[in-house]
Amino acid sequence: MSRVIEVENLTRTFGHFKAVDNISFTVEKGEIFGFLGANGAGKTTAIKMLTGILEPTSGRGKVAGFDIITERNKLKFKIGYMSQKFSLYEDLTLKENIGFYGGIYGLRKREIAERTKKMIVRLQLGNIENTLISEIPLGWKQKIAFSVATLHHPDIVFLDEPTSGVDPITRRQFWNLIYQAADKGITVFVTTHYMDEAEYCDRISMMVRGKIAAMGTLDELLLKHTAKDMDEVFLKLARD
Amino acid sequence: MLRTVRHIITKEFKQIFRNKTMVGLIFGMPVIQLLIFSYTANFEVKEINIFIENRDNSPTSVEFIHKIEASKFFTLTNVATYKDGLKLMEHNDIDVILSIPQNFGKNINLGKPTNIAVVTDAINGVKAGIIQNYLQNVVLRFSKEKITSKVKLRKMPGIEINSHNWYNPTLDYKVFMVPGILVMLITMTSLFLSAMNIVREKEIGTIEQLNVTPIRKWEFILGKLMPFVLLGIAEFTLGLLIAFFWFRTPIEGSIVMLYLFTIVYLVLVLGIGTFISTITETQQQAMFIAWFFSVIFILMSGLFTPIESMPVWAQRIADFNPIKYYIDVIRLVMLKGSTFVNVSKQFTIIVIYAIVLNVLAILNYRKTSG
Amino acid sequence: MRTFLAFIKKEFKHIFRDKRTLLILFGMPIVQVLLFGFAITTEIKDGKMAVLDLAKNRMSQQYISKITSSGYFILEENLKNYSQIEKSFKRGTIKIALVIPEKFAENLGNNNSSIVQVIADASDPNMANMLTSYLSGISNSFAIENRLVPKIPIKIESKMLYNTENKSVFMFVPGVMTIILMLVSAMMTSITVAREKEIGTMEILLVSPLKPAIIIIGKVLPYLVLSLINAFTILMLGFLVFGMPMEGSRILLFLEILLFIVTSLSLGILISTIAQTQQTAMMMSLMGLMLPTILLSGFIFPIESMPRILQILSNVIPAKWFIIIIKSIMLKGVGIRVVWKETLILTGTSLLFILMTIKKFKIRME
Repeated sequence: MSRVIEVENLTRTFGHFKAVDNISFTVEKGEIFGFLGANGAGKTTAIKMLTGILEPTSGRGKVAGFDIITERNKLKFKIGYMSQKFSLYEDLTLKENIGFYGGIYGLRKREIAERTKKMIVRLQLGNIENTLISEIPLGWKQKIAFSVATLHHPDIVFLDEPTSGVDPITRRQFWNLIYQAADKGITVFVTTHYMDEAEYCDRISMMVRGKIAAMGTLDELLLKHTAKDMDEVFLKLARD
Repeated sequence: MLRTVRHIITKEFKQIFRNKTMVGLIFGMPVIQLLIFSYTANFEVKEINIFIENRDNSPTSVEFIHKIEASKFFTLTNVATYKDGLKLMEHNDIDVILSIPQNFGKNINLGKPTNIAVVTDAINGVKAGIIQNYLQNVVLRFSKEKITSKVKLRKMPGIEINSHNWYNPTLDYKVFMVPGILVMLITMTSLFLSAMNIVREKEIGTIEQLNVTPIRKWEFILGKLMPFVLLGIAEFTLGLLIAFFWFRTPIEGSIVMLYLFTIVYLVLVLGIGTFISTITETQQQAMFIAWFFSVIFILMSGLFTPIESMPVWAQRIADFNPIKYYIDVIRLVMLKGSTFVNVSKQFTIIVIYAIVLNVLAILNYRKTSG
Repeated sequence: MRTFLAFIKKEFKHIFRDKRTLLILFGMPIVQVLLFGFAITTEIKDGKMAVLDLAKNRMSQQYISKITSSGYFILEENLKNYSQIEKSFKRGTIKIALVIPEKFAENLGNNNSSIVQVIADASDPNMANMLTSYLSGISNSFAIENRLVPKIPIKIESKMLYNTENKSVFMFVPGVMTIILMLVSAMMTSITVAREKEIGTMEILLVSPLKPAIIIIGKVLPYLVLSLINAFTILMLGFLVFGMPMEGSRILLFLEILLFIVTSLSLGILISTIAQTQQTAMMMSLMGLMLPTILLSGFIFPIESMPRILQILSNVIPAKWFIIIIKSIMLKGVGIRVVWKETLILTGTSLLFILMTIKKFKIRME
């Protein structure tokens, strides 16, 4: 197995505040890697550095084989990204959004049309191609946003709090989509503050105050901290 | 690579045309404003209400009053006394009071100097100045007539001015204002729309999504600029048609050149707008900064008031004003038929501005933060 | 009441957090008044002139130097032949050209009269008119000085009432104040409300226990304060820097300013009920209000010289009435007995805007 993310001593400070404090980790191809932590633990800052939109204060990192500081533009072809803030244009239709994002990644018209059709079937969306995004319910939008983020078949997709604010059923459905993507060999890097979502991930890293406090599979973490669930692990770590 | 740019352009157009109110505003407003406001700018004052207090009552003074009445500018108002006249001026019903002294006729006939008193309502300085000018002319003509009739000369002595008004013989003010207002409307629409554009993506959060895509800075800015250049050209065309067919403004010079200058100028203005939108966080901020500069640029562009009359330091500041050069060129080419060689200096300046501002905008647009 | 205070506090915080906007908000009036006071003038002077002197003798030299020393003309070019005139016009370097005939001195000596040719660039008709008329005035006094013609017996003794030195800044201070108050109030309010709609916070406010009217007042109040500060700044600059007179009652002036701000704010709110996005609100308030306020209010161009239909149209521009009121109070020193009509119109307009807003608002809620 090859390493798609390698990070060494990555640090980012804002003034005197260390948002991300000297973190190092690796992610293997095809893994679902969960980045857990409370709000403000530094998850979003880390993800921004990995996607090349925020410059690290110090440290190094490689994503999909490209350096996150010097090879940003090549890197961007290989990754997908979905932010917690909504990322589709509300005043464009579904088809227009897909056409636009697909086009930016250099997909041909035919490819875009094909993938759009597949995606609509997969998501069981019915006849909403020409509906404005602003008129589509939130749960659907989230799923669409994810599909758009993976439209160009990236090596890795970064999901920043993708499930915040949606109901448990939609969350479940959303994770099904993530599994489908992982089955196709796409590496998934997902941040969340729902501790119960840890069980969906292959490996978890727990961030507390900018540092990685623990890392491993769910079972490893539970064993190591003698806890019955992630909530307990989190509480124990946060207290230290 | 150009394919990426094309995708951004398509997207921008779709977003612009989706908002029907906006399309109406972008095209309708300038057209209506051009049609209306070209008529407002005028330094000719008609229907000046004048009260003449005649304390002389000689045939000469009556003749003098007739002269004033005969000019198309003045309307005589009759009130009893000078004091009543002042009262009416307070209520804006009288613009000027002229007082003819006793012995006016006698003095004139003797060739002795005589003074007439004129009180003008100077609340509106422009108007007051024009009234003064009109009266001065009437007095001058009247005096000359008196002198010639006395000396019994057939021709008036002195230096006679044989004046020609080139490029606008009827002195139609609209000919001057239509190109100016057209320029102003195009500038404002392009500047405001482009200034708000990138900030809007920042505000609704889509900019993050774009930043993680492989799109390059210049592709992004170019894609954002193009739709507005096209909109600007469409607006310019519309304005030109109105100018030509409705106002009958002459288009003496080459139309190709007008478009060439307009395209470069649009790129320049959009560069300013884009630059503003890269340094601001909210649409409100962007719009405010755009407004601030557009007001100063427009006021100091020679659009409404002459640049030559400003103090030297202000003229030097105006030298940095891109709008000044464009207004200048449009008027020169449209009204006087200036050739490219005539306006090559202005062209060079606009081109340099356009390049510098857009490079600044591209450099300043950060796909990464921190 | 406490919820209302909390709400107002939030609005103020929004505004004061944004230092850049604040800077422009307060800097704008200052810069504009200073520009108008010191730099921009409707007066015509320093007209660029080219001379084609075919006589080239002492008389013609004297004539030219008389013209250039007047302050109205700057000698830009000495031409050699006729064809250069058009070239200079096309380059835009001169505004007027003077051609002195070969026999200028002889004609003046023999017949006491000579004709000079004046060619003005009439693409700017006002400039052409004024420069030609200056030139004829100067020529006239040149003739008198050289005893070619007798002195004109009638002298006008002029007095400019209410603005003795006919300073254009007395016209600009009320004008700038009107524009700033109108645009800042209408634009800022319409955009903040549209912004809340766009980012979805308006709905949250509407479902809160606050009454819609309270929400609106809360949104508007900070801008009322800002506008008052702006008006004060402009007036202080007018008084201290430009010696603007204050003949009438200060209290009346304050109340009238307050009234006009209310008119502008209610217009802004009305716009925001129509506009769905900030961009639309901006286009409506800025593009839609800026030119009418500058051009149809009598600020720069006299309303009397416009076509009848525009004179009628100017009556619906609140700025027109406000400018009349301000000038009357400050320069003429008259009281409410003179400006009651204008005041009534502004009050009526505000009420109309508010009523229309309420109607629009109700339709949306149903």
